[in-house]
Amino acid sequence: MRRLIIAAFASAIMTGSVFAASDMQKVRMGTEGAYAPYNFINDKGEIDGFEREVGDKLCELAKLDCTWVKNDWDSIIPNLVSGNYDTIMAGMSITAERDKVIDFTQEYFPPDPSAYVALKGAADKVISGVVAAQKATIQASHVASTKATVVEFATPDETLAAVRSGEADAVLADKSYLEPIVKESNGALIFVGEDIVIGGGIGIGLRESDGELKAKLDVAIASMKKDGSLSKLIAKWFDGKMVKY
Amino acid sequence: MQMCVDPDGLAGLSWWLCYLTTNTHYSFYLSFGTILILIFLCAPVVMVLGFAGALSRRSRFLPLRTVGLIYTSMVRGVPDIVFFMFVPIAMDQAIEAIRHKVKCPEVTAPIFQGNDFVVCTAAKMPLSATDQWVHEIYGFFLALVAFAIVFGAFAANTLHGALAAVPKNQLETARAYGMSEKQVFWRIHLPQMWRYALPGLSNLWMILIKATPLLFLLGVEDAVYWAGALGASKTQIYDFPHGDWRIWYFSALLIFYLLLTSVSERFFKWLTLKVTREHNLNTDDLSSGVTA
Repeated sequence: MRRLIIAAFASAIMTGSVFAASDMQKVRMGTEGAYAPYNFINDKGEIDGFEREVGDKLCELAKLDCTWVKNDWDSIIPNLVSGNYDTIMAGMSITAERDKVIDFTQEYFPPDPSAYVALKGAADKVISGVVAAQKATIQASHVASTKATVVEFATPDETLAAVRSGEADAVLADKSYLEPIVKESNGALIFVGEDIVIGGGIGIGLRESDGELKAKLDVAIASMKKDGSLSKLIAKWFDGKMVKY
Repeated sequence: MQMCVDPDGLAGLSWWLCYLTTNTHYSFYLSFGTILILIFLCAPVVMVLGFAGALSRRSRFLPLRTVGLIYTSMVRGVPDIVFFMFVPIAMDQAIEAIRHKVKCPEVTAPIFQGNDFVVCTAAKMPLSATDQWVHEIYGFFLALVAFAIVFGAFAANTLHGALAAVPKNQLETARAYGMSEKQVFWRIHLPQMWRYALPGLSNLWMILIKATPLLFLLGVEDAVYWAGALGASKTQIYDFPHGDWRIWYFSALLIFYLLLTSVSERFFKWLTLKVTREHNLNTDDLSSGVTA
C-alpha cells in the first residue's frame, strides 16, 4: 500500500499535466496588476490596461500563446528568474542595475519623467522632507540619493495613502501614473517641484537565457512602432499623450 | 446583474449592490474559504507530523531519535517566515530539477546559469501550458506543505512533552497488570496524554489561524491580498471609483478572524472539559476501587 502511494505520488510529479493541443509557444506574462493605467485588475477580475493591450498585440504578432500572471512588484524579478513566468510587463524602466540580473527588449514606452506629489498648499521644499516611493523602484533609489528621507511601500497606492494621511510629505513616482490621480483628487493633491528623468524607457523584462523569446518580441515591438499602432495605444491609455516612434 | 452593465449611471443602493457583486469581490469572499481550507487541511497533517516527530524522539533507535530531534529543534529554531519563504522555493526547484534530470537527460546545460534557474520546458511544474488555476492550486499546495512542516514541529514538541508528563506509576501499573508495551501505549499512555497536550495544541491552533495571512507572502491570493487590492483607492479607469477604503476591508478581516478564534476557543474549552472530566472519573473510579 505504501509503495502504491509513493508510486502514485511520483507519477503525479512526473506527468505534471496534459499538453495542450496547440503547437504555438506558450508564454506566461508576469505583471503587477496595481499600476493603472499601465496594468491593473479591472472589476471583472481580469488584468487590464495599456500593457495588457500591447502585450496581447505583441503575442499575436510574434505568434505566441500568452497567459497573464499577476505577481507582487517586490518579488517580480526573482520569480521571473526562477521561471514562474517568462516576461515582465509592469511599467519597469530599463536600468543598468536591473540589466545585470535580467534582459530587456527595446522600449515600448518612452522614458517617462518622475514627479513629486504633495498635499494642497505644500511648498516645494517638501521634496527634501519625508518622501514616499514604491520599494525597488528607480524612484526609491533616487530619493535615497537625495537629502530627503525615503519611506518605502510595497504598492504604489500605499505611497499615495501615506501622503494623504500625512505620514510622508511627498511621493515620487512615474508622472503618467500620478497624473490621473492628481486630476481626480479635486485639488487635494498637487504636483510640487520639478519633474526629473531618472530611468530609461519601459521594456519587457526577460531571463538572460531567453534570447530567442527576446528576439521575437523585439521584432514585434519594432513592427508596432513602425505602423504607428503603439503610439495609438499610448495616446489611448495616457490621455492623448503623443509619442513618435 | 442587468443593471450593473453601466456602473456610471448608478447611485445609492444599486451602486452598492453592483459594487459588492463584482468578480473581484467574489474572489474576496471566496478567499475566506481559502483560509478555512488551509487550516482544516493543515491540522490533520500537522498532527501526523507531530506524532511522527514526538514518537521518533522517544524512540530507542538512535538514528530515528536524531532525526526527530533535528526536525523539531531546527524548525523551532529558525524564524517561521524564513521557513515559509524557503520551503516552497526549495521544493519547487527540487521537484523541477529532478524532473529535468529524468525528462531531459539530453540537455547538458547547467540548471543554474548565473541568476537564472533553467530547466527544460517539459520539466516545469506545473507545465507552462497548463491553466492558471493549476498554477494557483500548486502554489497553495506548496504553502500548505510549508505550514505543515513548521506547525508539525511545534506539535511534535507539545506531544513529546505531554507523553512525558503522564505519571510513570500509571504506566508501571499497566505493565504490572501484564499489558504489553503496545497495550500500555494505546490503552493508557495515549488516552492519558491528551489532558496534557490539549492546552498546547489549542494554542497551536490559534497560532495557525493567525499565521494564515502569511499565505499572502507566498503569492497565494488570500483575504489579506484582496482586502488590500480592493480597498486601495480607485481612479475613473475602474468601473467603481472610490477613495482609500482599506480601513473598512481590513475591519472585515478583523471581524472574521475574531469570530474564527472565538469559535475555536469555545470548542477547545468544551474539549478540555470533556477530556479532564473523563480523566477525573477514571481516577475517582480507581481511588474508590482501592478504598472499597
